[in-house]
Amino acid sequence: MKDKINSSIPGDKEIILGIRNGTKQSLELIYQAHFPMILQMVISNNGDEEEAKDIFQESIIVLYNKVKAGDFELNSKLKTYIYAICRRLWLKRLNQQSKFTNQLGIAEDVEDSAADLEEYEHQHRQFQLMQTALSQLGEPCKTIIEEFYLHNKSMQDICEQFGYTNADNAKTQKYKCLQRLKKLFFKA
Amino acid sequence: MKNLNLINQIESYLRGEMGPEERKAFEQLLREDPMVDQQFKEHQQLMAFMQAYGERQRLQHAMNLIHEQIDVNALKNELMPFSTKVVKLWRTYRNYAAIAAAAAIVTVFSTLIFSGHLFENNASYSALRREINKIKRSQNDLVKDIKGKAKGPLNPGEFGGTGFALSSNGYIATNYHVVKGADSLYIQNAAGDTYKVKTVYLDPAHDIAVLQIVDPEFQSLGKLPYTFKKSNADLGEDVFTIGFPREEPVYGKGYLSSNTGFDGDTVAYQVSIPVNPGNSGGPLLDNRGNVIGIISGKQDRTDGAAFAIKSTYLLQSINEIPEKDLDRNLILNKKNSLSNLARKEQIKKIQDYVFMIRVY
Repeated sequence: MKDKINSSIPGDKEIILGIRNGTKQSLELIYQAHFPMILQMVISNNGDEEEAKDIFQESIIVLYNKVKAGDFELNSKLKTYIYAICRRLWLKRLNQQSKFTNQLGIAEDVEDSAADLEEYEHQHRQFQLMQTALSQLGEPCKTIIEEFYLHNKSMQDICEQFGYTNADNAKTQKYKCLQRLKKLFFKA
Repeated sequence: MKNLNLINQIESYLRGEMGPEERKAFEQLLREDPMVDQQFKEHQQLMAFMQAYGERQRLQHAMNLIHEQIDVNALKNELMPFSTKVVKLWRTYRNYAAIAAAAAIVTVFSTLIFSGHLFENNASYSALRREINKIKRSQNDLVKDIKGKAKGPLNPGEFGGTGFALSSNGYIATNYHVVKGADSLYIQNAAGDTYKVKTVYLDPAHDIAVLQIVDPEFQSLGKLPYTFKKSNADLGEDVFTIGFPREEPVYGKGYLSSNTGFDGDTVAYQVSIPVNPGNSGGPLLDNRGNVIGIISGKQDRTDGAAFAIKSTYLLQSINEIPEKDLDRNLILNKKNSLSNLARKEQIKKIQDYVFMIRVY
């Protein structure tokens, strides 16, 4: 009986392993297990469900970054870690909106959550720059770049998708697009 | 175009699309040409960054898919069925609440202002000046009785209080609140003699006023029987007063019950003595016939709590009167002729020096 319960709710370690291996299921498990907690926290502290969603997803990204980087050591429960990250994120947002709350001050904190967040935020800014650069690039450049660099498609596939007669033409086109993207990205 | 080729090479190297021979040749090139090596590193970084970006997008996309499967509203209601309702109500009605609160504040303050409670913080302190006649003065009153032969005006005056002589040459002490706003003042003793007086000195801070008889018929009051106490009196001291809460002098007896007055006011004593409107300005004397204070007020709705300004403050005020305001010397009596007398005799002697003050 006990075993059954355990198998239906995988432990933190299994989830972490799942993230490292890129198992889709583990993401679903984390999401369903911990989102309600964050929803409750945000809503009872001046927020709405959309904000809860943003905050929670950001915390999952932070977790993923850390696990993928290979330096994730679970010193506390996964739940506590996620809560600490979300709490920090939410406090920051409340600060920016100059709302305030008195209920968030007492929760226990996880030591390195601040450093993790900083890293995440730096990365996040870079990604936002890339997003703007890509959107300024225009079609077909945007899709070519995305397909090749972001989604690891082969040049062969891209040729077919865009109807290029030979791979060299496609490569030249891609090269030009990349040069323009670099200009846009590094200029910003 | 050399650059294009290099980029293509770097990419196929990084993606593992090169054959073993080709790899070796490329690695050789990297070692030999630092320029190429530099470009290789830069491009490697860029590709890693783009990869991470792509991964982020995929993760976000996956999460959004999961999120769509969750019924957030149901979850919300399940988590906090009560508080969300309250929050919703609050969000809907907070504007109305703000308006209602503002209206309440305005009402409270305007009521306080119009009823005078806001500025009169001694709400339960009542000065004992007597309102003899509530009919307001008018021009008619002023012209009335021009031909009057009576000594003193016929109009009984608007307010009244009590005063007592400070010296035989016609200086009188009373409360500031008795004479406040007066345009003419008369005093009248128990025998019915009326004199016109003027204010010589006002000390609103200590509620003290010094008046002077200016009536041409006035000669002298004769030698004063009482003296003025220069130090503070003691708790439990038996005290008495004579005042004019009505048209006749009224004797009152009590004891000193506290060294401070209303709300801890150090200027006054608290005295347990029956006093009424009109007693204000009356002398408070101890057993030996020393004036120890001036009756000034009492606490509403509290039994036996009257207040008297300490004689030390009266003496202080007298000292502060500018020399030029005194046309006669104000010399306080130093010889007490009451100390050994029985109370009845004391009163008989004092009576002539205590006056009803009429304020017009």
